[in-house]
Formats: sequence, structure tokens, C-alpha cells
Amino acid sequence: MNPLTSDVIIVGAGIIGAACARALASAGVGVTVIDRGTTAGGTSSACEGNLLVSDKGPGHELVLAQYAASLWRSTVTELREQLGDGFPSVEFDPKGGVVVATTAAGAGSLLGFVAGQRLAGVDARVIDASEARGLEPDLTARIEAAVYYPEDAQVQPAIATEALMASARLYGARLLENTRVLGPLLDSAGSLIGVTTPAGELRGRRVLVAAGPWSGEVAGLLGVRLPVRPRRGELLVTTRMRHRIFHKVYDADYVGAVGSDDGALQTSSVVESTGSGTVLIGSSRQLVGFDARLRVDVLSEIAAKAIRLFPFLADASVMRSYGGFRPFMPDHLPVISEDPRMPGLWYATGHEGAGIGLSVATADLILDLMLGRPTRIDAAPYSAARASLAPYLEAVA
Amino acid sequence: MTARLLPFLDDSIKPAPPTLVTITVDGIPTSGVAGQSLAGVILAGGTLGFRRTSALGRPRGVFCGIGVCFDCLVEVNGLRDVRACQRRASDGDVVTLQHDGLPSGDAT
Repeated sequence: MNPLTSDVIIVGAGIIGAACARALASAGVGVTVIDRGTTAGGTSSACEGNLLVSDKGPGHELVLAQYAASLWRSTVTELREQLGDGFPSVEFDPKGGVVVATTAAGAGSLLGFVAGQRLAGVDARVIDASEARGLEPDLTARIEAAVYYPEDAQVQPAIATEALMASARLYGARLLENTRVLGPLLDSAGSLIGVTTPAGELRGRRVLVAAGPWSGEVAGLLGVRLPVRPRRGELLVTTRMRHRIFHKVYDADYVGAVGSDDGALQTSSVVESTGSGTVLIGSSRQLVGFDARLRVDVLSEIAAKAIRLFPFLADASVMRSYGGFRPFMPDHLPVISEDPRMPGLWYATGHEGAGIGLSVATADLILDLMLGRPTRIDAAPYSAARASLAPYLEAVA
Repeated sequence: MTARLLPFLDDSIKPAPPTLVTITVDGIPTSGVAGQSLAGVILAGGTLGFRRTSALGRPRGVFCGIGVCFDCLVEVNGLRDVRACQRRASDGDVVTLQHDGLPSGDAT
């Protein structure tokens, strides 16, 4: 490989870029990953590491999530075999999820949602209050309905990103950190043949934008508009305590917040404990641009809702909070395709709060699409050319 | 100047005479002076590992020493999860070292 030439230049060293780099490099494609910061320096280290089916209704995002769920276990095994015991564990934990409705209205919409999920092949088991407390003994006494999702799992997202990137590099991918994209590299006919950076020109047959919530900015630098917006999400972390929460536990409201278009603050409870004994309490969603200021109103609302699920948390101490920006798409689907307006420009972005889980399936799709092979699931719903995205796209700037 | 506890008579700032406090650490009497943190007394008694991690059982103790890292948690007089670096030793304190295993199954 010529030092300045690759088959594919991937912009973004988060989990999507790392997973795509690994898939492509393992198939013999020459890959260079560039990031203006460092690996897992953005959204991938400012989230929970969710691999969820429970929060997705029937539709194309669920199909992608089910595809991803079929890949994660074997991916984790491959990474461990390839990277060895010296590499930190990605902490894959198929702990399952429990969704709880604490109001009669919430119970009604939860049970309706579950019926649709079951038809779409999700393992969603309606359980009664005593079964719910069997799974989670410290749960509130106010349980109107509960559903158990054995397929929900998690990874430690920053380690998972580092592991995928380390694997990609063992397969031959090159990583350039602290290198930002300045603009497109165009040939005399105006076709995209790479990117320019402060370190010089990078040539590649294809440029894959996997810059999460900053993907719109990168696309803009390359001359096209992509309607990815940052959606802020915040979390609280308690001090260590005895392990008292055993699954991912959500308020039934979470599902509504995930699918919502509303830019105003929305919070819903997502509570789980970590191996180190802390409890992670989410979550919020708010369209406030790239404003990372601490918002006490958001944090207090998150805390109050968590106590509604687990009353004992009222006595817990909060150790810290953190937040991240999720890549929000106006039609709630990621973009995994070439841009019909600019041949050579590809996207793997817009996964909002589901990118950790969807990364491995996204990478599989990108590999098959770039090699011109049939894809394992229909890729058309994730195309930049889909009808639901058309109103948000404009011609090449 | 030294960061170590000086013999009282050698201390150039001439503090008030020290008051001895004695605590127990997992039942073993350990002495320090009034004003010292529990962490200071436990460390001076020769115990470096205050607790073990849930996942791998590795020892943890005083890491930051200023209340931020929550690594030095101990049980004090029946109350769990007390930061030993943030609490002064009182005569008669009963300190028990903590360990919480993972609930079940292991993350891979």
C-alpha cells in the first residue's frame, strides 16, 4: 500500500469507524482511519454500551439490531482470540433487560408495543409483578406491567472500540489520530479522490464518513449537506455499592423518548449496575447543539425517575455525571450507503443512541456494499437515497 | 519537610500533644493519633488493600486520597461504603474491610 493511498479512508475512530475498518481490512481492503482526536474520543466513550432490542419497535432499525445481536457473541470471541488475554475484556454481558410500567397508561402502551415486537421476532416475555421482583428484588412495589427481554446485552463501549480498532490494525488498517479533514481532494473532473489534511493529501477510492454527531460537519467540509444533528444525552453514576440491580431496567417511558422527534428535554429511567459496583442512571435526550454544559434540571429529573423504579436509590450518593452527543437523524434511521450526489463518498452514521450495538451489523453492510456482494439484510432502508431523507438533502454545495 | 508523621518532639511546628486513638481493622487493634483519617491509621497499621474489585478480585486502597476515586471504601461501625480518606479516626471505630462479588455469571 502506498503510504498516502488507501482503498478506503474512514473519517472517525469511534466504534462505527473501528468496526468498519476491521471488517474491510480483514477482507483485504486497504484502510486508513483518520480522526481529529483519538480512538473512542467522542460519543463512543460517552454512552452506556447498550446492545438493545427492547427499545425498538418493528421496523428497519430493529432488523439491523437483530442482525447485530446475531454477530456480537462471535465478534467478542474473535476479538479475544485475536487480541489475547493481555487485552482488556470488552465486558460483553448478555444480562437481559426488564421494562417496567409504573402507571396504568404506561402499561397499556407497553403491552401494545410488546405485541408488535413479538410479531417481529423479538424475545419479549410479559411477566407479572412477582416475577419482575424475582428478577429485580429491589424494584418498586408499583408495577403495572413488566416485560423481560433476554436478548438485551451490553459491552464496555470504549474498550469495545479500542478492541475493534486494534483488530483492524492487526489486519493491516492504518490509523492517523489527531488529524482532521480539511476538505475534499478532487481530480480534474471534480470526482472525489480523497481528503486533504494538515498532514497532507490522503488519497482513496472511497471516503467513508463515520464521524457520529460530527458527520454533518465532515460532509459539509466535503461539499454536501447531511442532516445529522447532535442530540445530548446525560447520565449519573453513583458511588460503589453492593450489587443490587441485575439487569438493564427501564421505565416504559424510555421507548417513547427514543423514538421521539421532540427536541425539548425528555428523560426516562434506564438503570443498571456495573461490574465495579457503581450504578449507571440515564437518560436524557435533548437537542441543544454541541452545548456540553452541565444541566442540573436534567440530572435532577433523571435522578427522580430512577428513584421511582428503585426506591433505595434515594439514599445513594452520586459520584459523577457524564454526557455525550448522539448522532440524530430526522427520520430515525442510520445512513449506511454511498451518497448518490457524490460518487465515492460513503456514510456509516446517524445511529443516534444505538451505535454501539449496531456497529458490527453496520460494518458488515458496508463491507458487502463496497465489495458489490449481496447483503444479508435489505440495505435499501439505510440508503442516503431513501425517500424519507430526500426532503433533508440538497444538491452538492 | 517530610510528608511522614514526625515524632512529636521533632516536629518543628510544635503541635499540641497528640491524643492516641485505637481502632480495630478486621478485629486487629490499630493505633494512630486524633485527627488522622481512617485511611492514615489503616495504612500505618500495614494494610494497603482495603477492598477487592468485584470482577477480578484485585486489591484496592488509597488511590487519590482526596475523596474523588472511591477506591478506599470500608465499613465503619456497621455503615458500608465509607471513604476512609474522608473520615477522621475516632477511638473505638470498628473498621471492616469490604468485598462484593459479582452477582452471578461473569462478563467475558
